[in-house]
Amino acid sequence: MTEFLQHLVNGLSVGTIYALIALGYTMVYGVLKLINFAHGDVYMVGAFAGYYLSHALGVTQRPSIASAVVVFFGSMIVCGILGVVIERFAYRPLRHRARLTSLITAIGVSFLLEYGFQLPSISYTFPFPPGPTPRFFPQPFERIGWQPGGVYLSNYDVVSFFVAVGLMLMLQFIVYRTKFGTSMRAVSFDSNIASLMGVNVNRVIAGTFALGSAMAAAAALLFAGSRPKIDPLMGLMLGLKAFVAAVFGGIGNVPGAMVGGLIIGLAEEYVAGYTVSSYRDAIAFGILIIVLLVKPAGLFGRFTPEKV
Amino acid sequence: MDTTRAVLRSILPIAAAVIAFGLLQQFLSPSQTVILIVALVNVILAVSLNVVNGFTGQFSLGHAGFMAVGAYTAAKFTTAFRGTELFGLSADASLQVIFLVALIVGMILAGVAGFIVGMPSLRLRGDYLAIVTLGFNEIIRVIIENTKFLGEATGISGLPRLTTVLWVGVGAVATIAMARRLVGSSHGRALLAIREDEIAAEAMGVNTTGYKVRAFVISSAFAGLAGGLLVHLIQLCTPRSFTFIKSIEVVAMVVLGGMGSVTGSVVAALTLTFALEALRGVAQYRMIMYAMLLIVLMLTRPAGLFGTREIWDLLPSLFKKKRGAPPATPEAGAATGTGTGGKLS
Repeated sequence: MTEFLQHLVNGLSVGTIYALIALGYTMVYGVLKLINFAHGDVYMVGAFAGYYLSHALGVTQRPSIASAVVVFFGSMIVCGILGVVIERFAYRPLRHRARLTSLITAIGVSFLLEYGFQLPSISYTFPFPPGPTPRFFPQPFERIGWQPGGVYLSNYDVVSFFVAVGLMLMLQFIVYRTKFGTSMRAVSFDSNIASLMGVNVNRVIAGTFALGSAMAAAAALLFAGSRPKIDPLMGLMLGLKAFVAAVFGGIGNVPGAMVGGLIIGLAEEYVAGYTVSSYRDAIAFGILIIVLLVKPAGLFGRFTPEKV
Repeated sequence: MDTTRAVLRSILPIAAAVIAFGLLQQFLSPSQTVILIVALVNVILAVSLNVVNGFTGQFSLGHAGFMAVGAYTAAKFTTAFRGTELFGLSADASLQVIFLVALIVGMILAGVAGFIVGMPSLRLRGDYLAIVTLGFNEIIRVIIENTKFLGEATGISGLPRLTTVLWVGVGAVATIAMARRLVGSSHGRALLAIREDEIAAEAMGVNTTGYKVRAFVISSAFAGLAGGLLVHLIQLCTPRSFTFIKSIEVVAMVVLGGMGSVTGSVVAALTLTFALEALRGVAQYRMIMYAMLLIVLMLTRPAGLFGTREIWDLLPSLFKKKRGAPPATPEAGAATGTGTGGKLS
């Protein structure tokens, strides 16, 4: 029972991270019908933005909640800007071309970020790019662990869970209750008609990228709290798994991405926990293949038959 | 007449390749040999992936997975039968025969893997197919890493070094000949029809799933050949050689050359391999240049260098006339790969 609960805690903490990243995939897919391959690397940039910001603020010497909040929102802004820049230069010029061309530029952007961050640093005093060796994310506040009933749980897990849920609720509010969210859903439904109705499609798409990338940065920082090792390739596998989560929930569907993220996180944790843990990386893809074959539209997605 | 021509078209390029590459390998230094072998392995990979990504228009991101199947099969085969002497042949000669059989068995198993993967996933389209093939690529890798028989994460080491310029040259020419012959056949027309408009093709009575799966199986089999050849050059077979990064490298070659252009894939595979080799001194910038190349190319020339055309479509009409006849000289056969084939699109 203890083991079961421990897996539940771990699964939820990973699952909320997947959910936050999956939101970025699903929103971009919703408005552009594009798999943003570079999203996992935006997540990685978020972790490094947080790393540099907290060193600049001296979190290692003087850990404080205030600087943690500054780091958190600072990295979200950095990644939001990065998302808009990627969209502007890599995706927007190709928007009316075949969809595969944007998929290939997305792969290109992903490689550019991964390998760009693996370059040796420009100077010793300013360690950017970070290079291929992993770095350790500084802890902004003291880690306190509890063991209620033998299940290990730290204050980082608790904070991360509640912040993630809060962000998801906020996003749900933005998408379904604000003017921006309405225009986003309109663009996703039919971008031509939305623009005839006076929606500034470019601005909505840029906003979607900003929002999704900020979520990825938030996910990176929350995850770095419990697993502080960060490196330029960290977004690769995590991004793919989060994408699987988005497909699982029905791509383009915001609540679907959250549920999908949680289910993938839990499934991975339980299957890896009770069977062979080295199969962990294959679980998400196995789930993806089964979902696409059995219910290609995902859990909450609507099936759209192709028309001539 | 037709059968004779068909036989000639299949055999002449191979015979020409045997002579040309057999002569060529006498003049190369060891390092040049290695580079040329790697380049030709990449030619096999790019041309075979072009059958799926270019001709059929199905975006596969799992080529390295099938490469792994072929590589591990061939590696297991040669290590198992190493040292056996066949039908009174010398040890060296029987090793060559074993290698040939190993490559063919690898191709068959890679084709079977292609069938198993393709059968369910080719119902999906576009980017979904890309992700599912990528997923299968990763699953194949994880399975290998967890199988004791296949050496888990360390892989199989100490393979005999059997791949020569002659072997890989013949393999490359055979792949090119296969692709050109395929695209000129009625089978190839069906694939092109699927690429241009799947629904229209289906309405015209093309069994789209059947043709797609067959194209996928052929493509996977040749990826397996490339895998078998590569591991017998580097004498080591590890799962790290077959991650989806490798698949993306091959996709980059196909995209650069032009999706649907066989000669485009050949030129792109050779150029990229030699260019990356020249950049070895600045190794950490190699992948960045790769990435920049993909982005800039898509922004400026989304159809790739050649689009769906072949290299001789771009040459002056003087050369075009020669297309009707099979290659007259070994050099011509080796240079263009194969004689004829219908003009694409």
